Amino acid sequence: MRRVHVAMLVGLGILGLVALDQLQSDPLNPYTAPPMLALGSGLAATGGHCAAPPPPAR
Amino acid sequence: MTQATAHAAPSSAPGALLRAGVMVLVAALVMAVALSAGPRAGAILAIGLGFGLALEGFRFGFTGPWRRMILEGDASGLLAQLLAIGIVACAALPLLAANGAELKGAHAPIGFAMVGGAFVFGAAMQVVLGCGSGTLVNAGSGNAIGAMALPFFAIGSFAGAYHLSWWTALGSLPVATLDGTGGLAITLAGLAGIAALALRLGRKGSHRLPARYWGAALALAVLAILHLVVAGQPWGVVYGLGLWVAKAVVAVGGDLSGSVFWSAPANAAQVEASLLTDVTSLTDLGLIGGAALVAWWRAGFASPVGVLPARAWVAVIVAGLVLGYSSRLAFGCNIGAFFSGVATGSAHGWVWFIAAFAGSWVGIRLRPALGLEARK
Repeated sequence: MRRVHVAMLVGLGILGLVALDQLQSDPLNPYTAPPMLALGSGLAATGGHCAAPPPPAR
Repeated sequence: MTQATAHAAPSSAPGALLRAGVMVLVAALVMAVALSAGPRAGAILAIGLGFGLALEGFRFGFTGPWRRMILEGDASGLLAQLLAIGIVACAALPLLAANGAELKGAHAPIGFAMVGGAFVFGAAMQVVLGCGSGTLVNAGSGNAIGAMALPFFAIGSFAGAYHLSWWTALGSLPVATLDGTGGLAITLAGLAGIAALALRLGRKGSHRLPARYWGAALALAVLAILHLVVAGQPWGVVYGLGLWVAKAVVAVGGDLSGSVFWSAPANAAQVEASLLTDVTSLTDLGLIGGAALVAWWRAGFASPVGVLPARAWVAVIVAGLVLGYSSRLAFGCNIGAFFSGVATGSAHGWVWFIAAFAGSWVGIRLRPALGLEARK
C-alpha cells in the first residue's frame, strides 16, 4: 500500500461527507451570504470556534 | 511535515502541464464554493488551502518542533512558532481593539478541565505525531496514521463538545484577555521570554532558523491575519471536526437535545446549515486539500505506507479520540488555543501552552511503549 491509496481514501471520505451534507442540509443561498470581508461589514462575528465558551450547564 | 514526503523519488513528479491543469481545477473549485455559498466561503476555503500548502510545503508543524526541543534541545521550530504568533498579535490585537463587534478573538476561560485537557492533548499529539492542524495535513498527504486518527479525532471532538458545559462547570475563572497596546506589549514580552528560555535550555546554534522555518512563520502569520479579517474570527480547527460528526448523528436520526452545547441555538443552526457555511470546516477542508496538493506535487504519494503492529493502530485510534475530546475541554488545540489564543490576547492560550508542553514530555515517552517507535 502506498500513500496515494491513503490519500485517495481520505479524498473519497471528504467528497462523500460534503455530498451527503449537501443532501441533508439547508440549501445554500449565495444572495443571503455575508460579504467577503468580516472587517468593515458592520455585522457581528457569529461563526463557531473551539475557544468559544459553552452555554452554562443545565 | 512528513519525512517520507520530503525524500520521495522525483522521477514520478507530475509534469508542468498536469500541474497547471490541477491548479485550474482547484481555482475552479474555490470559485464554485464562492458562487454557491458566498464569496466569504470561497475566500476561507482558499485561505485553508494556503495553510495546507504552507504547512506541508515548508514541512512545518507544531508537534515535531516540540519533540525536537524536548529530545534534542533544538529550539528553532519553537522559535518559528513564537515568531508567527508575534506577527499575528501585532495585527490582531489592534484590529480587535478597533473592531470589537465585527471581529472576535479566541478568548476562553482558564479552568480545571481546560488545563487537564491541554495536558492530555499535548501527550496524545506526541503519540500520533500530529496535533490539530498536523493530523489534517498528515491525512491529506497520505500518512496512514494521520488518516486513521482523523475520523476518531472528529468523533472525540463531537463528544468533548457534547459534555463541555459539564466539564467547564467543574471550575473556571472568568475569561481573561490582554487588550490594546498594553496587551500587545505583554504578549510580545511573553513570547520573547519563552524564546529566551528555549534558547537557554536548547543546544547551541538552534537560534539559527532554517529558511523554510522563516517561510513557514511568515506564510502562516499572513494567512492567519487574513483569516481574522475575512472570517471575523481567528484560525481554528476542532469545532469543524466535531460539527461533521454532529451532522452525521442527526442524519442517522440521532437527537442532540441532551447536549447543552449542541442544542444551543447557534450550534443547532450550524448543524442544520451546510458545511460550506462553517468557517472551521472550510479551513479544515482546505488544509487537507493543500497538503494533498504539495504531496502530489513532490511525488510523495509514491512512498510506501509503513507497517505497524496492531497495538500501534489501537493506540492511534485511542489517541485520535483523546485528541478530539481533550481539545474541546482545553478550548482548542495547538491552533485554536495556542496559536490563535495567544495571538488574540487570551490568557488561556498561555496556560494551554504550558500544560500541553508538559503533556508532550509524557507523550514522547509513551511512543516506544505503544509500539510506535523502537525502544532505545
